[in-house]
Amino acid sequence: MSDDQDDIILADLDDDELVQQMFDDLYDGLKEEIEESVNILLARGWQPYEILTEALVAGMTIVGKDFRDGILFVPEVLLAANAMKGGMAILKPLLVETGAPKQGKMVIGTVKGDIHDIGKNLVGMMMEGAGFEVIDLGINNAVDSYLDALEAEKPDILGMSALLTTTMPYMKVVIDTLVEKGMRDDYIVLVGGAPLNEEFGRAIGADAYCRDAAVAVETAKSFVARKHNQAAMRA
Amino acid sequence: MTDALSRLLETRDWLMADGATGTNLFNMGLTSGDAPEMWNEEHPDRILSLYKSAVDAGSDIFLTNSFGGNASRLKLHGAEKRARELSRISAELGRQIADKAGRTVVVAGSVGPTGEIFAPMGPLTHEVAVEIFHEQAEGLKEGGADVLWLETISAPEEYRAAAEAFALAGMPWCGTMSFDTAGRTMMGVTSAAMVDMVEALPNPPLAFGANCGTGASDLLRTVLGFAAQGTERPIIAKGNAGIPKYHDGHIHYDGTPELMAEYAVLARDAGATIIGGCCGTMPVHLEHMKRALETRPRGPRPTLDQITSLLGGFTSTGDGTGDDAAAPRRSRRGSRRGE
Repeated sequence: MSDDQDDIILADLDDDELVQQMFDDLYDGLKEEIEESVNILLARGWQPYEILTEALVAGMTIVGKDFRDGILFVPEVLLAANAMKGGMAILKPLLVETGAPKQGKMVIGTVKGDIHDIGKNLVGMMMEGAGFEVIDLGINNAVDSYLDALEAEKPDILGMSALLTTTMPYMKVVIDTLVEKGMRDDYIVLVGGAPLNEEFGRAIGADAYCRDAAVAVETAKSFVARKHNQAAMRA
Repeated sequence: MTDALSRLLETRDWLMADGATGTNLFNMGLTSGDAPEMWNEEHPDRILSLYKSAVDAGSDIFLTNSFGGNASRLKLHGAEKRARELSRISAELGRQIADKAGRTVVVAGSVGPTGEIFAPMGPLTHEVAVEIFHEQAEGLKEGGADVLWLETISAPEEYRAAAEAFALAGMPWCGTMSFDTAGRTMMGVTSAAMVDMVEALPNPPLAFGANCGTGASDLLRTVLGFAAQGTERPIIAKGNAGIPKYHDGHIHYDGTPELMAEYAVLARDAGATIIGGCCGTMPVHLEHMKRALETRPRGPRPTLDQITSLLGGFTSTGDGTGDDAAAPRRSRRGSRRGE
C-alpha cells in the first residue's frame, strides 16, 4: 500500500511487538514472514512450545474467531493455515525433541457414502493450527475404518463429517457400534457438516455438533481440557 | 435460432424450474455414496420418471441428472472417463420428456462444482477446471440440452472457469451459487459481489441467482440482495424446502408444500424470474408453487420481516452486504510486503 508499511524489519521488533506482528502476518497468510519470525524467536531463546502456543496458536485463534463470526471466509483461513504450517514445520522436530505437551490427537474422516471433504479438510487444518495431531482417514469411511484407526491411533477425539442429508444418519451407526463395543466413553465424538445441527448431534449420541472448523477447535479444546481434569481427579 | 429458454423469457414474466434431484432419487432407491449419474445408464426409466414428475407438476425448466457428472467428481467412483458420456445420456433422456410435453419445456444441463479448491491453496488450476467443465458441456450439448445450468458454486474462480468452458462449447447458460455461510458463499462471495462478477463476464449467463444454501428465508434475502444491485438480468431462486430435520434414522425437510407456495410468491415479488426448489422439493411442492404463482397477484417487494414471518427466521444475522458488511477488524500494523 504505502511505502512506510514495507519497512518493518522483523528482527528489530521487541518480543511483544514481534508476537503482535505474527498475529497480523498469520491473519494475512504471510508464510515467509511467519517462518522468519519463528526463527527469530528461537534465536532469542524462546522454547518451541512457547512459540507454538503464544504466537502461532494464539494468532490462529483470532483467525478462527473471525471465521466463526463471518468476517473471514475459507480462502483467508486456508492462507492463514498455510502460514501456520510454515511455522509448524520448523517447530515440529524441536517439539518432539523437547518433549513438549501435546494438545491432543484427533482421528477424522467423512462417513461412508460421503465423498465431500472440503469441510473435513478445513477442520483438519484448523485443528493442526491449534496444535492438535490430526489423523485424516479421508473420505467414505465405513465403521471398521473408524474402529481400526481408533485402536491404532488411540486418539482423544473422533471427528465425523457428512455433507449430505442421506449420509449423516451413518454417524449414528458408528456411534451405536462404539456403544455396543463398550468404547464410546473412551473418545470425544464430534460431528459436523452443512446439513447437521445441534439437535441432530444430540439425537445420535455425539458429544457435540460443531457448526464450523473454528467451533470444532474451541469444542475440542474444552472437551480435551475437561477430559484431562477428570483424569487428574481420578488419579 | 435462439434457445428455448431465451424464447420463454421473451414471452413470460416468470418461469418455474424444477425441485430436488437427489431427494427424489433417494426416494426411488438410490443409496448414499452411489453416483446418481450412473442411473442414467442403469435405470433410465427412473430418471425419465424424475424428469416427467417435474414437467407434470408444471415446471417450465428441468435440470438433467448430471450434477456430479464431471471428471473430478466421477473420479471418486472410478468413472472419470465417463463424464461426457453420462452427461450426454442425462440430456438425451431429458429431450425425450421435453419433446413430448406439448409445450416448451427447457432441458437444462446441470453442471455442479468440481469439489476441488483452486490453486494456490488447492490443487485445481484454471486450465484444468475449464477442461473439466468443457468436457461435460460437450456431452450435455450432444445429448440435446437447451442450455447449461451451473449450480451450487462457492468460488468465483470456479464460476468463471465454467463460463469460459461454456463459451468453448458455444452454449447459452445459467449459473447459480450457494450462499450458505453468514449470507455469503463458503468462499465469501456476497450477493452484490456475484452481480458484479456476472456482469463482468465476456459471455454472461442468460440468468443467474442462488440455489440450495440454507433455508428458504435466507435464499430470498440473497435474491433481494441481487435485486438491490439494479440488475436487468433475470434472477433465479432455487431454495431448499425448509431445513433438514432428523427423525427416526432418516432425514426430512420441514418445508411444507404450503410454505413453498409462499416462498415461490415471495421470490417473484423479491425480483426472481425463474423460481424453483432445491433439496427436499418434491413434485407436490412444485404443484403448490405453480398454483400459487398462477393464481396469486404480484405484490410489492417483500421486507425482511415479511419473509421471516411467513417462512421462518434467517440462519445468520446479516448477509455480508450494506451497513453490516463485515470487514477484517484487525487494524493492520503493516506488513513488510507491499499490497
